[in-house]
Amino acid sequence: MPLRLRESGVPLTVLLYRRPVGAVLPTDDVLVAGLRAGDEEMFACLLNSWSGSMLRLARSFVSTTASAEEVVQDTWLAVLQGIERFEGRASLQTWVYRILVNIARKRGSREHRTVPWTSLAPDQGPTVDPARFHGPDDQYPGGWRAFPERWPSTETEVLAHEVRAAVAKAIENLPTRQQVVLTLRDIDGQDAGAVCTLLGISAANQRVLLHRARAAVRSELEQYFGVAP
Amino acid sequence: MTCEELVELVTAFLDGALDPEAERRFVEHLAICDGCEIYVEQMRRTIAEVGQVEPESLSTETRDSLLEAFRAFPRD
Repeated sequence: MPLRLRESGVPLTVLLYRRPVGAVLPTDDVLVAGLRAGDEEMFACLLNSWSGSMLRLARSFVSTTASAEEVVQDTWLAVLQGIERFEGRASLQTWVYRILVNIARKRGSREHRTVPWTSLAPDQGPTVDPARFHGPDDQYPGGWRAFPERWPSTETEVLAHEVRAAVAKAIENLPTRQQVVLTLRDIDGQDAGAVCTLLGISAANQRVLLHRARAAVRSELEQYFGVAP
Repeated sequence: MTCEELVELVTAFLDGALDPEAERRFVEHLAICDGCEIYVEQMRRTIAEVGQVEPESLSTETRDSLLEAFRAFPRD
């Protein structure tokens, strides 16, 4: 994990508070004990690690960013109130996210926002431009006309930073449901089953959303690397 | 399995969700096709890059009020 958040003069505690997503959190046992005991640093760490994904998830149920922020706030308050009763049947993160979905659903319906999680058929159509493959009358139907170009490695921190910015922009431009599934799977690292249960969608639907999201981000990266020197 | 078909199955493959027959054909194709090998590698790279993205964050006010609530929360 590259040291990308360190700035000179920033005390270590602040670094801990700003632990990037994907950093290893303690086990659930340690987290739960910390929350129960009032370990503020651990709570701050959890806030930093999960709130971003929670905002995205909340945003898919409610109508405004401000509303999503309140949902996240209410969720954390409910977590504090309920942590004594947490039994560890699901992971702590799954438990927290379920609380969030319940709060967000209620709020979404109060705002008369219909949530298209289950009502819509998954998006159709190919994720790679069909023009990149040979047509049915060619010698190798469905084969690449030209192979994708290999991407350079991003060895320098500056380039790695640019790539992350390109990826972040690509994620922002995804349809909401794809954004949420991609966030839960590839940023939070939840497994497919947990995501299906949380969102109440089928395994096939989850996979289509995830695949379309990844393919769209890949396509953006391809363009980025195509124009990068 | 054509290249055009394979690219739509990458996520199912990575999740181990292909049936054994489809998985066999996927792996066989991948073994002999540089284009698809590059494509799958780029999808893996994409997944890794997505995992590196900085999260959105709560507003400072919300964050501070939650930390305050945590501090003030009654504990035995």
